[in-house]
Amino acid sequence: MAIVSRGFSGRRREGGERLPPGQYLVEDFPVLSAGPTPVVPPDRWEFAIDTESGQTHRWSWRELMALPRQRQTVDIHCVTRWTKLDTTWEGVSLDVLFEDVETTADYALVHSYGGYTTNMPLDDLLDGKAWIAYRFDGEELAPVHGGPARLLVPHLYFWKSAKWVRGIRLLDDDWPGFWETAGYHNYGDPWREQRYEDD
Amino acid sequence: MARRPTWRPARLAEVRRETGTARTLRLEVPGWPGHVAGQHLDLRVTAEDGYTAQRSYSLAAPADGDSVELTVEQVPDGEVSPYLTEVMEVGDEVEVRGPVGGWFVWRAEGTAPVLLVAGGSGIVPLMSMIRARRRAASRVPFRLIYSLRDFGGRYYAEELRRPDPGLDVTYVYTRTPPEGWRRPAARIMLDDLAEGGWPAGFEPECYVCGPTGFVEAAADLLLALGHAPQRIRTERFGPTGG
Repeated sequence: MAIVSRGFSGRRREGGERLPPGQYLVEDFPVLSAGPTPVVPPDRWEFAIDTESGQTHRWSWRELMALPRQRQTVDIHCVTRWTKLDTTWEGVSLDVLFEDVETTADYALVHSYGGYTTNMPLDDLLDGKAWIAYRFDGEELAPVHGGPARLLVPHLYFWKSAKWVRGIRLLDDDWPGFWETAGYHNYGDPWREQRYEDD
Repeated sequence: MARRPTWRPARLAEVRRETGTARTLRLEVPGWPGHVAGQHLDLRVTAEDGYTAQRSYSLAAPADGDSVELTVEQVPDGEVSPYLTEVMEVGDEVEVRGPVGGWFVWRAEGTAPVLLVAGGSGIVPLMSMIRARRRAASRVPFRLIYSLRDFGGRYYAEELRRPDPGLDVTYVYTRTPPEGWRRPAARIMLDDLAEGGWPAGFEPECYVCGPTGFVEAAADLLLALGHAPQRIRTERFGPTGG
């Protein structure tokens, strides 16, 4: 039974069924990062998928740009409780990058320029659920938001959408990443409010 | 380690006004498990009809038994902060859970010199570190660079004026400096961090907290001064931190 806060009435902002529990809507785009913003020029950018059997698949910036791109509009949810509706991104579906990757791994550990890591089941990156995004709102992705390219996994809390993404390591066993070892939930489903470990 | 986070009732025990738009709330939270300087908590307010809103707030001081402190800035057009800064009275209740966050923290066992760089309300978790240092009688040298629009915007003004051996405080004013202030009004610059901070060779731990633009600028300046990225921890307060 919740405690009533005397004198609090609240705003009851719009959002309705698209707002996960405990979230509130924002119009701007807050920035959260654990350290300085890495600067990664596209000509030095590289993305790699390393399989559990030791094979590496690599893409340069130019190679990434040559792949079929998608444009999609999604809602994004940050564990710090803001939700932004109808954000528009352009990028390459992970399904395209995984076309020639042979793997039976169950888990992915995503890593970034700057050393950030985050983990998720591989299934959460496939079947149209995740992208390497390099444009936001019709513009090049700004460095503070992870430019030149970030992972975009809109169905999980946004810390899973690693900024400055550099690669994915496929693993047979789960390996928690940066926030997952710092008390945050291992999976991070906004609709089940999986914010912290044991939520 | 695993501990199911639980919501606990929190009763407002004391209020201190910091500025025209910010106040410090001391909450009594029976069963509060304690926390490390720099951590925050989640706060939930519930209206009579059951509508709830939740926000995260930095803890402003080390735990004192079941007593915790937050300093809340009123966000224009905010939903929760106007309640906390204007409406809530001593004796009123909210719920909290935590502590949360294990990265932007300072532990009293630390031995490296510490540089704190605060922009506006970003001082809150850094003040918790200053108070934790004092409480632990740590001799680790601290330097604080506190960037503000104007003199009246200072949080914890009295406390930061009192001598605290091993803590040096530098104020940077971006709009209206006090009369006779030598540094002209300007956003934080390389010289501010070079003079008010530590040489990179001392390998200090740097904590930067404030609005996004401020944190970006300060972190980039620290990198330019040779500080290693892995020793620069940042926490950004969006304008929507309401």
